Amino acid sequence: MTQSNSIEERLDRQAPAVFIMPAVLIVLCFSIFPLIVSLFVSLSRLKFVRGGIEAKYIGFLNFKKLLFGSQQYHFLGKFDQLTTTGYVIMSVFVILILVWFYRYFRSINFSLVGTIGRFVVATGLFFLLMLTLINLTTPKGLPGTLVVTLTYVILGVIFQFQIGLGLALLCVKKIRGRSFFRMVFFIPMMITPVGIAYLFRMLTDMTKGPFAPVVMWLGMEETSWAVIPWGARIAVMIGDAWQWIPFMFIVLLAGLESLPTEQKEAAIMDGAGSWQIFRDITWPTLLPVIVTIILIRLIEAFKIIDLPNVMTNGGPGIATESLSLHSYFNWRTMDLSGSAAVGYLLMVVAVFICLSFVSLVKKQVEIAQQ
Amino acid sequence: MNIWQQITKKRSFEDSSVLESILSYLILGIWAFICIFPIYWVLVTSVKEPHVVNQGPFYIPFVDFQPSLHAWEFVFMQESMNTLRPFFNTVIISLISAFITLLIGSMAGYALVRIHYRPKIVSIACFILILILAILLITRMGLDWRMVLTSGTAIFLLFIFTLSRRFKASLGNNDIGFWMISQRILPPVVVVIPVYIFYQQLGILDTYLAMVITYVAINIPIVVWLMRDFFFSIPVDLEENAALDGASRYRIFTTIVLPLSKPGLSATFMLVLILCWNEYLLSLFISMTDTQTLPLMIASMNTTRGPQWWYMSVIIILMIIPVILIALFLYRFIVRGLLVGAIKG
Repeated sequence: MTQSNSIEERLDRQAPAVFIMPAVLIVLCFSIFPLIVSLFVSLSRLKFVRGGIEAKYIGFLNFKKLLFGSQQYHFLGKFDQLTTTGYVIMSVFVILILVWFYRYFRSINFSLVGTIGRFVVATGLFFLLMLTLINLTTPKGLPGTLVVTLTYVILGVIFQFQIGLGLALLCVKKIRGRSFFRMVFFIPMMITPVGIAYLFRMLTDMTKGPFAPVVMWLGMEETSWAVIPWGARIAVMIGDAWQWIPFMFIVLLAGLESLPTEQKEAAIMDGAGSWQIFRDITWPTLLPVIVTIILIRLIEAFKIIDLPNVMTNGGPGIATESLSLHSYFNWRTMDLSGSAAVGYLLMVVAVFICLSFVSLVKKQVEIAQQ
Repeated sequence: MNIWQQITKKRSFEDSSVLESILSYLILGIWAFICIFPIYWVLVTSVKEPHVVNQGPFYIPFVDFQPSLHAWEFVFMQESMNTLRPFFNTVIISLISAFITLLIGSMAGYALVRIHYRPKIVSIACFILILILAILLITRMGLDWRMVLTSGTAIFLLFIFTLSRRFKASLGNNDIGFWMISQRILPPVVVVIPVYIFYQQLGILDTYLAMVITYVAINIPIVVWLMRDFFFSIPVDLEENAALDGASRYRIFTTIVLPLSKPGLSATFMLVLILCWNEYLLSLFISMTDTQTLPLMIASMNTTRGPQWWYMSVIIILMIIPVILIALFLYRFIVRGLLVGAIKG
């Protein structure tokens, strides 16, 4: 009796550890541990041998191959000389960055760490934008998987956010059957992306799909979106948008509904127009929610693999191949270390973009919340 | 007052004019159509004969074409299809992993709200250092992993109980919570190759165990995050009274906290269930034939004879019906569960 009592007491004293340890251990095993192993894998050449795997350290060769070597066309795409449009966009970007730095140096909270951070963000964004421009706006340039993924993420998130916000603004008014609409909008979010990919393959079939009469009327039944790079990319992006606009919509609607109405009523009394109300009252108070969901979507969007894999199999060529898919294709051809290297670069880019986004909008949110 | 003014006139703040509300209904209706139409199209395709599909688009059964259940019969009756196995695999794996995730995740979420942790920065640094050393020793020196594991653990424990007491700098509960949620930013592709090698070494590739562990691991951050916010809203008085009466933490958790948080628990359970049900990438790497799940099965149906849309539609329907049912009945709960993190964060 005394024995069991003491065991119980001891167990009770250990309660804090018992409660949190399982979760911490599992997350550790599946994040820190694989991250370190993955780094080793990407720095070596792996071979499957009888009863296990043999690793040989080769340094940064895998990364070199992707960035400068034989796989460069696949990861970074094909380069060309910048055109006039490219130069114009680049100079606008540089001016914006300079203004950003100027305002930071003029402000009170100026520190060395902040300066270095901003410098890193500016340089990284400069190179990513440069890469995108020489891939996409030049006659001979072709995008590699990095730029394709960035296109999916950035264009996709902007597009989804715009439509989601528009629908939410419409729905926040007192409309009959609102809960019906919300329920319907909720459905696409719950369907597996693989299913969605096949759904959209069926729907976009030019001769047997439901839109075939429209296609026929336009006289385009001979062409196929699947062989045009941008057609295929847009098809993938539409599938992604179909699934994720509802998420944007539901979160933004909840955010809009939780806003206090007094300010708005006062503004209407003062005769403010609806655009003015949106710009001065709704947008600033909604900004924290907006930043949060855009961040969530950015994080998830970088993982896109199912849609391009099923809809286009990465093709035509590598036109719709995302970084995750690139990594998977490498893995399928038994190039484990190449796959790990692509995965690592994907992680670096994803973390960089998410952190840059946070650092760019942090100031705005702080101003808005005051 | 002309008609135009009458239509666009506003009656009060909340009311919108007739024109405005017609416009909003129109846009909402269009969007609802966009959401539902693809699902309707799969449903229709699943009852079409192959030659009907190949002849071009037909929209309404009984009017445009004669529906038949041949695809459904084929998928369920034909031995070679073997639909039921992936289906049951998916059901079993998602149910078990959703349950375990909920249990572990809600325990951690509760602990992060009610217990104050002070993990020392030095201990964490030491842990990571030992881990890197261990991996180096195993991969470069070729030492046996069991030996390295035991000695590494021993050194780490020794360090915690002796040297680490001299250092004061530590982190708080918020840091632990942030660390957990930040795991979502890791692309699964980075993680999956080491996990694959790990499972291969343990010899559990393509088993239920491997799938369940993986799903639990990737979904725990979400559960911790959602349940933590939920437990914040539960009043602390009841628990304090119970603690005064001498109840242990486990007793308080199982008899007071869990029953009080049933809505949050069920919403989170459903959300995790759906996430597991739809998971594609990880199962693509880890499962082969024995534990093949439905998303994999659909993805592998693109045969050499071209896509057989009629069979595929049936399987897509099988796949999305449970999810849509859950979504329809529990959407209020799930939406609330989803929003907690986003709105407060």
